[in-house]
Amino acid sequence: MELISRTPDGPIEKSWDKHRFDLKLVNPSNKRKYKILVVGSGLAGAAAAATLAELGYEVECFAYQDSPRRAHSIAAQGGINAAKNYQNDGDSIFRLFYDTVKGGDFRAREANVYRLAQVSVNIIDQCVAQGVPFAREYGGLLDNRSFGGAQVSRTFYARGQTGQQLLLGAYQALERQIGLGKVKMFNRHEMQELIVVDGVAKGIIVRDMVSGKVTSHTADAVCLATGGYGNVFYLSTNAKGCNATAVWRAYKKGAAFANPCYTQIHPTCIPVTGDHQSKLTLMSESLRNDGRIWVPKKKEDCGKPANQIPEEDRDYYLERKYPSFGNLAPRDVSSRAAKQVCDEGRGVGPTRLGVYLDFSDAIKRLGAKKIEEKYGNLFEMYERITDENPYEVPMRIFPASHYTMGGLWVDYNLMSTIPGLFVLGEANFSDHGANRLGASALMQGLADGYFVIPYTIGGYLAGIKPGTRISAEDPAVKAAEQSVAERTQRLISIGGKQTPTHFHRELGKVMWEHCGMGRTEAGLKKALEIIPQIREQFWKDVCVPGSGQELNQSLEMAGRVADFIEIGELMCRDALERRESCGGHFREEWQTEEGEARRDDENFCHVAAWEYKGEGNTPQRHIESLKFENVHLATRSYK
Amino acid sequence: MSVAEQSIAGAGDRSPGFMASSVGRKVVMALTGVVLWGFVTVHMLGNLTSYMGAEAMNHYAEFLHTMIHGMGIWVFRTVLLVAVLMHIWAALSLTLSNQAARPVGYREKQNQAATWSSRTMRWTGVILGIFIVFHLLHLTLGTVHPDFIKGNAYHNFVTGFQVPWVAAFYIVAQLCLGLHMWHGVWSFTQSLGWAHPRYNALRRNFATGLTVLVVGVNISYPIAVLTGIIH
Amino acid sequence: MEKHLNLTLQVWRQKDATSEGTFVEYAAKHISTEMSFLEMLDVVNEDLIHKGEDPIAFDHDCREGICGMCSMVINGRPHGPKERTTTCQLHMRSFSDGDTITIEPWRAKPFPVLKDLIVDRGAFDRIIAAGGFVSVPTGSPQDANALPIPKLNADLAMDAAACIGCGACVAACPNASAMLFLSAKVSHLGLLPQGQPERYSRVRDMVGQMDAEAFGTCTNHGECEAACPKGITLETIARMNRDYIKASLTYRPEAVGGAAG
Repeated sequence: MELISRTPDGPIEKSWDKHRFDLKLVNPSNKRKYKILVVGSGLAGAAAAATLAELGYEVECFAYQDSPRRAHSIAAQGGINAAKNYQNDGDSIFRLFYDTVKGGDFRAREANVYRLAQVSVNIIDQCVAQGVPFAREYGGLLDNRSFGGAQVSRTFYARGQTGQQLLLGAYQALERQIGLGKVKMFNRHEMQELIVVDGVAKGIIVRDMVSGKVTSHTADAVCLATGGYGNVFYLSTNAKGCNATAVWRAYKKGAAFANPCYTQIHPTCIPVTGDHQSKLTLMSESLRNDGRIWVPKKKEDCGKPANQIPEEDRDYYLERKYPSFGNLAPRDVSSRAAKQVCDEGRGVGPTRLGVYLDFSDAIKRLGAKKIEEKYGNLFEMYERITDENPYEVPMRIFPASHYTMGGLWVDYNLMSTIPGLFVLGEANFSDHGANRLGASALMQGLADGYFVIPYTIGGYLAGIKPGTRISAEDPAVKAAEQSVAERTQRLISIGGKQTPTHFHRELGKVMWEHCGMGRTEAGLKKALEIIPQIREQFWKDVCVPGSGQELNQSLEMAGRVADFIEIGELMCRDALERRESCGGHFREEWQTEEGEARRDDENFCHVAAWEYKGEGNTPQRHIESLKFENVHLATRSYK
Repeated sequence: MSVAEQSIAGAGDRSPGFMASSVGRKVVMALTGVVLWGFVTVHMLGNLTSYMGAEAMNHYAEFLHTMIHGMGIWVFRTVLLVAVLMHIWAALSLTLSNQAARPVGYREKQNQAATWSSRTMRWTGVILGIFIVFHLLHLTLGTVHPDFIKGNAYHNFVTGFQVPWVAAFYIVAQLCLGLHMWHGVWSFTQSLGWAHPRYNALRRNFATGLTVLVVGVNISYPIAVLTGIIH
Repeated sequence: MEKHLNLTLQVWRQKDATSEGTFVEYAAKHISTEMSFLEMLDVVNEDLIHKGEDPIAFDHDCREGICGMCSMVINGRPHGPKERTTTCQLHMRSFSDGDTITIEPWRAKPFPVLKDLIVDRGAFDRIIAAGGFVSVPTGSPQDANALPIPKLNADLAMDAAACIGCGACVAACPNASAMLFLSAKVSHLGLLPQGQPERYSRVRDMVGQMDAEAFGTCTNHGECEAACPKGITLETIARMNRDYIKASLTYRPEAVGGAAG
């Protein structure tokens, strides 16, 4: 396997323009002869499906939810970055590019990030034209805020529901194309297999989740926009249904999986209350602008109510360790610090896995009314979930799995190592390096869907003769259908004693313990021993009631868990091999004296992409070297 | 095609036409409703002449029959008849659509905002329909009146209400009118799109005020007759 | 403080769209008050799987109140007893030990039951496809700040755009009407300058599709507003009525122009 990035040469400011010109075009009257499948209907998927249909391609779109509007992009709260410089505070495309490369701890491909910063500007224009109700100033112009520690105000937002509004914009564009008959939408359909003929992606196999019917769809190109694999931790801020089955099928058919160990743990989530917990709820990062994070200095104080702990017995550990950034230190840094104090036994709350986020100083300074104006809806949500009033007692927060920077490897055209298979949004690995900055995920999803894939896929299709797609009777299609049917049958017929959730929970515990915020060689090795045992137990003892020919949520869950178990193993393998600390990947052996991440640019300034080598064999690690010609390698410091 | 597959919506003009559409029928309901509560209000005011004695009331009745050379009353009657029929048509049609929209009901349903008034519209409407027929037979045509004298409205009014069960029926009907109007008068503003936070309280208060006035005065008539205030 | 409850559930079970359904009673034992309502059902389901029975099927996804997937009528109220709260954010502390809880699917002809508590809400998508958008192909817009929008209008549009498309309005409406859902979209786009070119065709097309889906009609009960987890108000329905009346009064079939050269 060779990783050819197809990154254009020349000055970075010109590379995307030059590349677009170099891409071959498809004759307008030929476009309708090409069929493209888009799997997933979130920001990247819906944007791509709508835009490709507008261009004239025949498009089919698939979602596991009952409507494309429910994709998990909808849950993003904070905002979307764009280098508009509307606030005249010195922002520019280059600065957004620079911040993103640095924030990603120098583990992203420069050319991709530059392009992302360039098209960020078009995204805002597009979304406003669609009717996305972004926040405005009294003069009628767009409002911005600074987010996630950025030193300029470049984040556009729609209350605390930016993801929802952007997704509805893309969804409406998609529905318009569905109404016009240009996109055929398949809701409640889950991709089960990728059809590959002579090494080229030619279609997918899906299961109708209502009738259980397995059908094949052949096409000239396939786009996966299926999101990340954060649910490998069982508890995460992802939706319950978020899964990695589509990318994992593609991996097993030959698509390289890049940097699986890069996962983002978000510092401000509501802590776990017990074993029944099914998901974790994010509290917007903006709370850290006014809240102060602390734990008791003494272990024996941890059980006391917060207001009985005097000021001198409180440890405002972020302010102590990072005096200049304080409570606004980046996500990875804040998360690790919280874990550290809890590991020391100074955590708070019934489970002792939590830290205080205290607004009492801000309320004293600004008044409760001002705080309510700023954070009222978040305080309300907190109270709804915890039954505690954050105006009176400090909030309790704890880190949780939130986003995965790793994903299928793609070249500059967003094409995976399987020709014809494109990967968009969180599902690919391309733009965030080892750590994603706040308000950048929405930007990347929409950039890929609206402004990258429509060009690059044309360049690929121009090289294929129209009307050459395979028929549904092709042996490759039949074989893929067969393998899906067999897998389903196998899951149903085990008839064991444990539920799929049981195994998912077990996996999650191992991943959180050994491949979470702090990773060690010993821990990862241990995880690599336990995970195969979980897998073995799963295939021996899982219980899936019902049949494959009906709406069967246990079966859906079991299929996803089976894949998560394998992904977890690959994550640990990748984390073990990456003997450095960078961004969301913190190897405890590689830290500075102050406990900060220590990169090893000499040996690890590269993307690690894993190639599947068959059942039972160790996957092969490939390398794409990263060059930094525009931003110079430097150590991140938030002191 | 499986249920999960989204079908392609038909191209071209999707609208079924104003009168067939759900909003259009509501508008018909609202506009005919305005005619009806407008009439009821005027009717109530006109009958205040009964407190001024036989001469005033008979004079008023005569005026109604002779205005615009006797044409006026027929114009009113035609407008009212059309309004009533369209109101009933809209009600029937909407009710049928609404019942068809939920073939399987809930075992348990807790209403939060719907009022007794809004939920009983179709029943109070039916009772009012029956009442109108009775009222016409009673005081316009006199067929069910024990002592009807054509042209002597005051006499018919007083002797009519002296029968206790008739007076009771009128009072019950007026209470139904109250329930019907309280939701209807507010509802018409909503159906015609007249909602604004600045005027929302006013809309509610107008409906309440008008309802209390119309029903209060109307109920006073049979009571006044029974208690001998009007005789 | 965490407490534990023993509850009796009366749950609507229906094998598939064509089968008859019925209520089945389940015991939910030792339920923590810290659990969400869906986590309580998870516990019941785990138990059913252990017993070799078919677990209760219900729609859910984000479990943080924004995706709009969860949909059940709890004790006669869509999304249960807590105001402005979706089922997934409803916690068991809203119930007492010994309670009997009745759980039913959304009931409306255009929302056929697919299994147990899962219904098909495809009608909502078709209503949006009929006109709930601004026709703006990717790549064509002007600069975002070239179009100033009064803050108040942007805020009102956002209030309406907060709709999550869950269908609680239809479920709560005594007439199974979808007008709150539809009017939220009509209001969102109609309040913004971007939505003006298609303002009147949009409302006609969307109402046409809603009627074709056989939803009931609005009789101004206000149940939808009370049930809406996102606080969409009846004012949006009035706004839609206004636009629809104007659209119908001024409607003319599209002008047919001659072909250019």
